[in-house]
Amino acid sequence: MLTLFIILFPFVSAAIILLSPSEYTKKLAVASGLGTIGLTLVAMGNYQSTQADKIWELNLPWIKSLGISFHVGMDGISLVMLMLSSFVTLMAVLTSLNDKFAKLPLYYALLLIMQGAMNGVFVSLDLFIYYIFWELALIPAYFLILMWGDGETRMTTIKFFLYTLMGSLFMLLGIIWLGNMGPSAGYDINTIYDLVIGKDRQLYIFMMFMFAYAIKIPIFPFHTWQPDTYTKAPVAVTIMLSGIMLKMAIYSIIRWVIPVVPLAVEVYGKYFILAAVVGILYASMIALVQKDLKRLFAYASIAHVGLITAGILTVTKTGVQGGILQMLAHGVNVVGLFYITQILRRYKGTNEITAFGGIRITAPVFAGFYMVIMFGSIALHLTNGFPGEFMLLNALYQTYPWMSLVAASGVILGAVYMLVSYQKVMSGEIPDGDGGVPALNNIDKLVFIPVILMILAAGLFPQWIMNISDGSVDKIINLYQTEVNTFLNK
Amino acid sequence: MENNILQLITILIPGLPLLGFILHYIFNDKISEKISGMHATLWVFLAFILSCTVFYSIGDKGQIQTHLFSWINTGDLNIPMAFIIDQLSSIMMLLITGVGSLIHIYSIGYMHGDKGFNRFFAYLNLFIFFMLLLVMADNYVLMFVGWEGVGLCSWLLIGFWYQNQEYNKAANKAFIMNRIGDLAMIIAMFLIFNQFGTLIIQDVISEATVPGSLHIHLGGITLLLFIAATGKSAQIPLFTWLPDAMAGPTPVSALIHAATMVTAGIYLIIRNNVLFSMTPDTMTVIMVTGIVTAIFAGSIAVKQNDIKKILAYSTVSQLGLMFFALGLGAYAAAFFHLITHAFFKALLFLGAGSIIHGLHGEQDIRKMGGLHRYMKTTHWVYFIGLLAIMAVPPFSGFFSKDGILIAAYHKSPLLWGLGLASGMLTVFYMMRSYLLVFHGDSRVEKDTMKHIHESPPVMTVPLILLSVLALLGGIINLPHIFHGNTWLQHYLTPILTEGSIHADIALEYILMGISVSAVALVSYFAYRIYIVKGAVPSENNETQGFLSQLLSSRYYVDEIYQAVIVQPFYKISAFFYNILDLKIIDGAVNGLGKLSFFISGHAKETQNGNISYYLFAMALGMGGILFLFLLF
Repeated sequence: MLTLFIILFPFVSAAIILLSPSEYTKKLAVASGLGTIGLTLVAMGNYQSTQADKIWELNLPWIKSLGISFHVGMDGISLVMLMLSSFVTLMAVLTSLNDKFAKLPLYYALLLIMQGAMNGVFVSLDLFIYYIFWELALIPAYFLILMWGDGETRMTTIKFFLYTLMGSLFMLLGIIWLGNMGPSAGYDINTIYDLVIGKDRQLYIFMMFMFAYAIKIPIFPFHTWQPDTYTKAPVAVTIMLSGIMLKMAIYSIIRWVIPVVPLAVEVYGKYFILAAVVGILYASMIALVQKDLKRLFAYASIAHVGLITAGILTVTKTGVQGGILQMLAHGVNVVGLFYITQILRRYKGTNEITAFGGIRITAPVFAGFYMVIMFGSIALHLTNGFPGEFMLLNALYQTYPWMSLVAASGVILGAVYMLVSYQKVMSGEIPDGDGGVPALNNIDKLVFIPVILMILAAGLFPQWIMNISDGSVDKIINLYQTEVNTFLNK
Repeated sequence: MENNILQLITILIPGLPLLGFILHYIFNDKISEKISGMHATLWVFLAFILSCTVFYSIGDKGQIQTHLFSWINTGDLNIPMAFIIDQLSSIMMLLITGVGSLIHIYSIGYMHGDKGFNRFFAYLNLFIFFMLLLVMADNYVLMFVGWEGVGLCSWLLIGFWYQNQEYNKAANKAFIMNRIGDLAMIIAMFLIFNQFGTLIIQDVISEATVPGSLHIHLGGITLLLFIAATGKSAQIPLFTWLPDAMAGPTPVSALIHAATMVTAGIYLIIRNNVLFSMTPDTMTVIMVTGIVTAIFAGSIAVKQNDIKKILAYSTVSQLGLMFFALGLGAYAAAFFHLITHAFFKALLFLGAGSIIHGLHGEQDIRKMGGLHRYMKTTHWVYFIGLLAIMAVPPFSGFFSKDGILIAAYHKSPLLWGLGLASGMLTVFYMMRSYLLVFHGDSRVEKDTMKHIHESPPVMTVPLILLSVLALLGGIINLPHIFHGNTWLQHYLTPILTEGSIHADIALEYILMGISVSAVALVSYFAYRIYIVKGAVPSENNETQGFLSQLLSSRYYVDEIYQAVIVQPFYKISAFFYNILDLKIIDGAVNGLGKLSFFISGHAKETQNGNISYYLFAMALGMGGILFLFLLF
């Protein structure tokens, strides 16, 4: 039942917000954010780290003839993702508190609906249900960008929507195919995991799923929807998209690709690793020449998630654990990074790097926060970026040494574009005719302080997070290894 | 002493400076300059006292291990937060906290009145913490934490006066060049893990020395570690950041960019000397890089006019000499020079800082001269530092440089000659700067002249203490021919692989005689030029010959890097963005989208609003999908 609560809670909150008078909207949204964090903490408190099985499973038959049931539950990996989702959503809500948007109740309701759908993705144990939640998450995102986005948003949103939808339709085909592959139709995770699928069919299904994920993450060269969307979306939505939504795709690789079509991953995974790794170098180089800070962070995000994907596709313990750790780190860091662009925008109406300078003089606290977040993002040790990046690169090196060298270029380039843009925006002299950025207000601090604490805590004690997902990761890697080994022995 | 008390102490040593940093961070605006400076110094000084107790107990215990907690532990990767203190790290700890304390005290005077005073001390404390972590780490990853951490502090402190964008650029340059080295270190770690299955330093070393074990990639590991060292210790090709790093306040130059951080590369190699000794090819690379850097940087220093830049190139050159010694396998000699260099170079930098302070920010030696009349104490301590770096007996630099030269001679007389040549360059540029600053007629600008003053005791007392160390530091490794017992060499024996050199005493006297007379000769030569002839470097470079033009432009290394690496890289990036990304890839995506709209435009006729037609189409589609399933 707890799982069901975690899915439904945001939906119910959204409904309450829509029905309540608008002066309560913000309070209710914050309360909902805190509520899901509470529920997640309850779940984690009751979770034994050695326990790899799904807990709080709920299995309600739904469409029996098609073999679809409402089957949800959580394991260690889901728990980490829920932790991320509830943290990032609360932060997204907080970042909007300073804004003066029209139709506030609808705005917050859509944010929460998005969260509920994404939580559904993280706990679904039935492929069909999973797909419904997957697509459901896209709809609020579409309206949020269209209605509250920045400037001319229609073309951007249509492109974002159609492009990701097209990918997802291929996945839907794959899902239907998988569901009908057994003796009787069934989409339940256990049925799917038990399927014995030939090598060729594995490849087709792998391609169908990975096409959807490559667009959603996005992996080079399927990334061109991302910079425009991230730049034009309201900051809270950018945070939701990059903080949680793209992690749905990476999570799905762990949950629905690696154990289901292991042979295809073993043989063809390296091409996606190659694409992701090329994307790291490519996106980092493009980030170097960006003039808009938000766009720069968008390209930096492509580089970061490329590394996560590459590491996970090595299907090693360090790679997958590092990927999970890094998903969390990336989610926390983008909250900070994109919120920085919001503060700058609030003050000058633009994110052009050259418009700023000398912010450290008038807002030293802001500069300090920015600095810590920046170092988290470029994976300085003792910040949350380091353990994950180290593990991912290590896993990649032990599997494909040359590719890891290309991936590691991000280590240097990341420092270049982050430090140079920081220098231009925060240091130097204040530009003429400019009173300087005022000190942060309380809401700003409310956003930054948890982010900073998470950056430091996850840098010092990554073990605590890894312990949660440890058993579940082992289980998935075992499934994978068993099938690959059986095939190789034949 | 009880083991658990010692373990507690080893946690406190880096813990106290960290506490200092945190307290500064919390009470940044609320405490006065005096309290800030005093408590920052106190933490480092306490760490020094504790380091002394650790140093004494290492004598009987050999090493102290402390395990804090498991940092990253998954699959076969196991990285603890743990310290190990042995002979090497115990000396480094004394050096860091000892010289660190003196520089903290000095900074109270130097930074007086700066509006970032408290911030400065926060960063200094943080630096001490990371530097201690670097030398105390029991595994490569934790060492890397310290390694990058000191780089972070260096970045913070070079760009300390952040309103000046040139300083910020220098800071970024330092960080990015160091990151290139850091990347080599990360890959070295992966390779070590691949070969040895562990990242605990001691396990790797004992594994490598198991007789009969063969590690084919050992050469790659040591080469990568050396590349990491060239970044941090400013060797060719990654040395150009260090002269720019002089943008930071002078105590920073003394502490970070002379005495401690830049020696981390030398520490890294000595820490892994067992691995390096097994890979002679890497040793040759190190030796050649070292001596080339020493001569190259030394020759640049000859033509510089900024007192701090001269000392910066001098540091690069001296570090080159240490690498030269490492490449020869003379680890103890390199470490000995590291220690004496820390004393005399910190002294020279702080002396230079005292001059700059007295002249209200003037750094150009062409605008100094005759200062010995106005700044007596500074002059005397600087003079001691000068004699030490020139390797005049019995100053500390003489013994340490002599150790390196003798080791070189045993390899080949040619190498000895090269080492001597780099020493002669040192003598010349140091004499040049000393004479132009302290002697001859005053060329100080009139406005500055009125306010010229000797520095307060809070600055001169650390200078005097450092000059005592620069004078007497040689005692710790006094060679046998001076009836010494080479204490340092013996102390480090448990961790070093080198065999002791049995030298011919007569030969040693001859070599020493030659180098001492060379020092005297070059000094006289410099004296002739700058005092007797009274030459002052000209204001413009146009009248100079090709060679001096080349030297004063630092061989155009920065310009070449810009033109060959940085600019093309940015051009390619811009091409990627403007053409490949926006036009080609995104163009293809948009093109596909437009194509489908175009097709659907023609397909619009099918949208005739007839429900039964829709149902028919739907059924057709479903049937098609089902058919596909049957097919596979």
